[in-house]
Amino acid sequence: MVFDKRGFTSSIVKLYFITATSLPSDVERKIRSSMKTGEKNSIARKVLETIIENAELARKCSSPICQDTGTPIFFVEYDSRVASQKQIAQAIITATKTATKQIPLRANAVETITGKSTGTNIPIVYFEETGKNEVAVRLLLKGGGSENVGAGYKLPSIELNAGRDLKGVGKCVMDAVFRAQGKGCAPGVIGVCIGGTKDSAAVEAKKQLLRKLSDANKNKKLRKLENLLTRKLNSLGIGPMGLGGKTTVLGVKISELPRHPASFFVEIAYNCWCARRRTMVWKNGKPRFD
Amino acid sequence: MTQTEKKTITLQTPLTEQSVLSLEIGDAVSLNGFVFTARDEMHKFLFEGGRVPFDLRGGVLYHCGPIVKKVGGEWKAVSAGPTTSMREELYEAKIIEKLGVRAIIGKGGMGEKTKKAMQRFGCVYLHAVGGAAVLLAEKIARVEGVFGLKQFGATEAMWKLRVKNFPAIVSMDARGESTHEKILEESRRKF
Repeated sequence: MVFDKRGFTSSIVKLYFITATSLPSDVERKIRSSMKTGEKNSIARKVLETIIENAELARKCSSPICQDTGTPIFFVEYDSRVASQKQIAQAIITATKTATKQIPLRANAVETITGKSTGTNIPIVYFEETGKNEVAVRLLLKGGGSENVGAGYKLPSIELNAGRDLKGVGKCVMDAVFRAQGKGCAPGVIGVCIGGTKDSAAVEAKKQLLRKLSDANKNKKLRKLENLLTRKLNSLGIGPMGLGGKTTVLGVKISELPRHPASFFVEIAYNCWCARRRTMVWKNGKPRFD
Repeated sequence: MTQTEKKTITLQTPLTEQSVLSLEIGDAVSLNGFVFTARDEMHKFLFEGGRVPFDLRGGVLYHCGPIVKKVGGEWKAVSAGPTTSMREELYEAKIIEKLGVRAIIGKGGMGEKTKKAMQRFGCVYLHAVGGAAVLLAEKIARVEGVFGLKQFGATEAMWKLRVKNFPAIVSMDARGESTHEKILEESRRKF
């Protein structure tokens, strides 16, 4: 089958559109349920109501939920029998320019030294070859405010009195969310990777943000830690936007990578409540969106 | 800590010192009149003595880099929520003093230096809901002008926006009280 470059590119533009303008349904459900269970007659409740009202309005108006449409980060699982890395990369670059103008997205790529806007967005793309006879394109639109409160730790940590175990990992996550307060647009989703190297751990932590909130960790110990940390973080009282309340995080997602015996990294990626993540699966020349 | 919301107060720009001094943390406000966007580049510019063609006395700065588009020859804000204010901590105290700004709209709150300047010169911090950008853009009745579009780009330029019933919550008042400080201490105790 010949690769339909045009169809694939326009499907990525559509992926951008869905990701930027509509809240993932599991995230919306979680925010609604937090509103009912946790927060009554308070600023916290009003903030959550505003979040939901805004999400409804964004969908209706086809406008980006947040003006910070983030840095586009793509995780692509491809099969070279369907399309080559080069073909996919070119489609993503073209689609990014089109989406920035059409939707529109905010032109968020800025020259670091001069601070001048490039007038567009520049995507970050990670590739992984699979043999599935399809291309799965997963997009994160990662806001700057939440990116700024991401954190990296090394265990053991004297400062946190944290050892090289899951208890120590927990202390790092608690510290990162405590330091973030409302600045990452709480209630956030926390992606964590333990182990690996500095670079691989950072990417793996980001990848955790792609998981659905209901996705249970296959590793029993990590699953327990995810649930425990979600409860503990929500008892800190930071609340929606850091204005106080019982909903500080929507979920915690943890992954592990093998590590060098000398290293024990804890990398933490913070995602704002928008948690903009969507997938487009290209199979038999057609897109499917989730 | 669950913060209880108090009364809603309607404000009209330019803000008087008296109207600002009467505000307390936890008050909900509904803002009418003009707000001026200013992000990182504009703060640096103002801090270094740069001048803008707008009178900011009694004015409101909005930490926001909106998505704007031209519709029928006129600018329209499509999506315009607050950005993290703490990045402007280095600059804000001087800007409040020099330009006579009476309110800052943003998210996440600001630090000690800004808090002191707010107390000294009569200014408040109004917290808007981060990410509620379409809802807040709907409160912008009109884009009235822009400064520095070419120099700084659309995100970092100063946009003069006419707002109607723009909602926010006072989280730092002119009496030196800060919701952010209270929550920080509370969460430190619970850690």
